[in-house]
Amino acid sequence: MAELTEKQKQEYWRYNVRLTTILLIIWFVVTYIISGIMAGWLNQFSIIGFPLGYYMAAQGSLAIFVIEIAVYALLMNKKDLEYGIIEGD
Amino acid sequence: MSLDRIFGLYTVGFLGITILIGIGEVFFGLPNTWIGWLFMALSLAIYVVIGVVTRTSNPDQYYVAGRSVPAFYNGMATGSDWMSAASFISMAGALSVQGFAGLAYVMGWTGGYLLLAVFLGPYLRQFGAYTIPDFLGARYGGNMARIIGVLGAIACSLMYLIAQVTGVGFIVARFIGIDFNIGVFLGLVGVLLCSVLGGMKSVTWTQVAQYIILIISYLVPVVYMSWTIFSIPIPELTYGQLLQRNNASAIAVTRDPKEKETRALWKKDADEITAKLKEPGLSEADRTKLTAQRTIAVTQSRAPAASDDAKLGNYLTAPTGTGMWNFLALTFCLMVGTAGLPHILTRYYTTPSVRQARTTCGWALFCIFLLYFTAPAYAAFARFALYARLVGSKITELPAWVNLWKPAGLFEVVDKNGDGIVQWADFVLKSSDFVVLATPEIAGLPFVITGLVMAGGLAAALSTADGLLLTIANAISHDLYYNVIDPRASLVKRLTITKVFLVVTAVVAAYIATYRLSLIVELVAWAFSLAGASFFPALVMGIWWKRTNKWGANIGMLVGLGVTLYYMIGSRFFGVSWFGTTTISSAIFGLPAGFLTIWIVSLLTAPPPKEIQDLVVSVRYPKSGQATKGDPLGRDAKGVFAH
Repeated sequence: MAELTEKQKQEYWRYNVRLTTILLIIWFVVTYIISGIMAGWLNQFSIIGFPLGYYMAAQGSLAIFVIEIAVYALLMNKKDLEYGIIEGD
Repeated sequence: MSLDRIFGLYTVGFLGITILIGIGEVFFGLPNTWIGWLFMALSLAIYVVIGVVTRTSNPDQYYVAGRSVPAFYNGMATGSDWMSAASFISMAGALSVQGFAGLAYVMGWTGGYLLLAVFLGPYLRQFGAYTIPDFLGARYGGNMARIIGVLGAIACSLMYLIAQVTGVGFIVARFIGIDFNIGVFLGLVGVLLCSVLGGMKSVTWTQVAQYIILIISYLVPVVYMSWTIFSIPIPELTYGQLLQRNNASAIAVTRDPKEKETRALWKKDADEITAKLKEPGLSEADRTKLTAQRTIAVTQSRAPAASDDAKLGNYLTAPTGTGMWNFLALTFCLMVGTAGLPHILTRYYTTPSVRQARTTCGWALFCIFLLYFTAPAYAAFARFALYARLVGSKITELPAWVNLWKPAGLFEVVDKNGDGIVQWADFVLKSSDFVVLATPEIAGLPFVITGLVMAGGLAAALSTADGLLLTIANAISHDLYYNVIDPRASLVKRLTITKVFLVVTAVVAAYIATYRLSLIVELVAWAFSLAGASFFPALVMGIWWKRTNKWGANIGMLVGLGVTLYYMIGSRFFGVSWFGTTTISSAIFGLPAGFLTIWIVSLLTAPPPKEIQDLVVSVRYPKSGQATKGDPLGRDAKGVFAH
């Protein structure tokens, strides 16, 4: 497989940066806004017996982190294949 | 035999032996000390066998496990590398005491992996070095960055290591009843046998074995409790119900006149002690003793809900004001600390490729998530046991687990108002560790499960100790000795020096651990802020901004470290307070200072050489076939020993 062209490199990197940014925004909102600042207000609602604010901090946010990393790995690995990058592991 | 097969058989075998020991206990009256010994001997034997079987003197194997650890196993190894005695034994207890505020640990220690996954892990792998100081040295061209890296890595890791060794001594002493110092020594032997012979290769596979034991033993008691109370074996789903019941109990306890009477008595104690403390001529020892008593009295005099008509008990209430600021700051510091700790970062060097580095991070967080997702359930079940089974019982007829664990000194049950009934305020907590340790008995499980929990705690402490020990020894031998002092050292000499430093570091850590300094626990918490403020900015900027130069990075690391240390020591000992921030969250100031310094100083000084800038850009793109070719810096087995 030949080296990536400059244009391909730019596209690849832009895709990566965009994905990273989106994931980090979700990470920030979930951790600091929903499970942090808004948690007290969210506690008035309840989900399977949990006050919602507590639930997000104890479980919801964790599950979202796991999903985010999985999505990152899947999408980036897929992108690699799209660009013909096969590391051969 | 394939890896899946080996570890599958191992898991089944371990469960089988646990069941056999259980049968021995239930039907043949196997005594508790024997069960403790069996579990310890069995698990240590497994680790030592793995350590011996995987011995190696190939440097690529020794430093980075041949860069051949598949993502799933690397995830498990990272999981047990990461989860320490504190995560296993203390976290659920801390949650049960702190309620919502404690969730900062759960979120911080998992959310950090996202930072690791998108900012660092895959790029570090692509860069391909042996250690974190190695990366700093190569990226920022020179020994200065490398030496700062070495000092940072040792500072963060050594405190952490001492705490793990202390944890081993504590676990062994508690379950088997032998002397603490002998426990420390046993742990030391276990750790060394796993690491000296095979370096990273041995440590990796031992950690996988340790992860399997630790996760099984963490889940079994709480799954069983969930099953007995709700007939659903998934505690994560059921403990919401429990939180509601606990909440109702907390409010009832707050309103109950007998409880009020008990709390008033504690309040009176607290006031009396305060008055006594004002008397002149108290000796230092008396003063310390009285202050400790006052802390207990003040804690006991607090109601579990803010007022009689509160809807939510304190446990579920999110903090406000300064409390919320500290909650967010702590979460943030733990996250960047997670992404900056060298013993976790080095694990990414052991993956075969960038794509597997990405997947590794996913598996690692999943493996950690299994435990952290369950920890708040543990806390809720333990509180439920207190509210539902202890409060209201007669002081003469306490539940069996109370009598069993009382001698351990983790808690006390007193009858403050002398009515013969246990009130909530009559339960005096000395160490929240009781939550994980006593849960099997609270659930009415046989002692074999307690033995299993012991094996799990031991696995958690040993696995983290392994990783830390290797990080420190490599920092000294590979980075300091080989790269700075004697670059011509032969392969044999280098590996020998690494082995010597493994033993020396372990002995030093064990020696310090025997002093049982209470400060150690605190210092571990500090390590996160230090790692976050020093390494995180230099690593992230080094990968993401090619213009970052050595002056920026070096001064930035020192400024980050300096600001963090200033606030830590200032707030802990000299009453410095910025926005009421707690000592443990000091990186909230050091980290931005570090980033800013790197940025400004880099712009003010000359850009890094072209080849470094090209290297930074090239790290963005994985290359075809590189997994079989070694890494771009040519630092693998062939390249690194050429000079």
